[in-house]
Amino acid sequence: MFIKLNGNAKEVADNITIESLLLQLGVKNNKVVFVEHNGKVLSETELDVVLGKNDIIEVISFVGGG
Amino acid sequence: MDDFLLIGGKKISNRFFLGTGKFASNELMRKAIEESKVEVVTVALRRVDGGEKNENILDFIPKSCIVMSNTSGARNADEAVRIARIAKAAGMGNWVKIEVISDAKYLLPDNLETIKATEILAKEGFVVMPYFNPDLMDARRLRDAGAATVMPLGAPIGTNKGLKTKEIIQIIVNEINLPVVVDAGIGRPSQAAEAMELGCAAVLANTAVALAQDPVKTAVAFSLGVQAGRFAFVAGIAQEKNIAEASSPLTGFLQD
Repeated sequence: MFIKLNGNAKEVADNITIESLLLQLGVKNNKVVFVEHNGKVLSETELDVVLGKNDIIEVISFVGGG
Repeated sequence: MDDFLLIGGKKISNRFFLGTGKFASNELMRKAIEESKVEVVTVALRRVDGGEKNENILDFIPKSCIVMSNTSGARNADEAVRIARIAKAAGMGNWVKIEVISDAKYLLPDNLETIKATEILAKEGFVVMPYFNPDLMDARRLRDAGAATVMPLGAPIGTNKGLKTKEIIQIIVNEINLPVVVDAGIGRPSQAAEAMELGCAAVLANTAVALAQDPVKTAVAFSLGVQAGRFAFVAGIAQEKNIAEASSPLTGFLQD
């Protein structure tokens, strides 16, 4: 199935969890990144959510900025 | 001198605010913050597409600092509002610097969209600090929209050109009963002092510090410059004159 990841379509396995997706992306360190799922920012304990078709995921981090 | 700046119910002693972008390392940024005793810093939000990140910038910012997320990358009010809400949901607190830029060449802020975003976020309880193109009417609109401060640019972002908008900033300081924070374009401590001498409440800089040869020393220099300018403003600066006036007495000359 396809989801929208950081603004782009991405094919992922059915029934994949957000945690597994982060592992695949290599950004599992939840202290560095956080996830917005269909408009809701998730806590670290909510990453076991199973993704659905056309879900919108943003993987975001705080960075230096002025 | 007991001279606190009060924003959003918080007392701030150091009126030099520091952006955290462009530092060669997070560790260098941390030293710059600590050595200059900065109390207010800004950060940004960005997408992460791969596993390139292993440090959390927030770990390098002293816990005593007020961390204000900016909305950089926003091209309109809706995007700015979204970024602010995400930052808050991610635990950033309710201070936000509104930055809406749709012009890629000069990076000048879009005042109209900034005012719209300010109104929405102020109603949601954010402490809104809008970065804007200095203009008296827009400063009034931002105040009326619920801004906690107004943050006019001194010169375009990252140019280090100083207070090119000095006359308008002075008018805003005179007319708007909110803290005026000069943000962007300040390249030297002397320029930061100049802004404070006008009666500005604080100065925010980033590029001038982060890209200096020694960012830590430069941050300290900015902090001192801001403090010097503030002291001078509070003390009451003597007026300029067009005709010379002797400093020494005009009597008792040792003349024949």
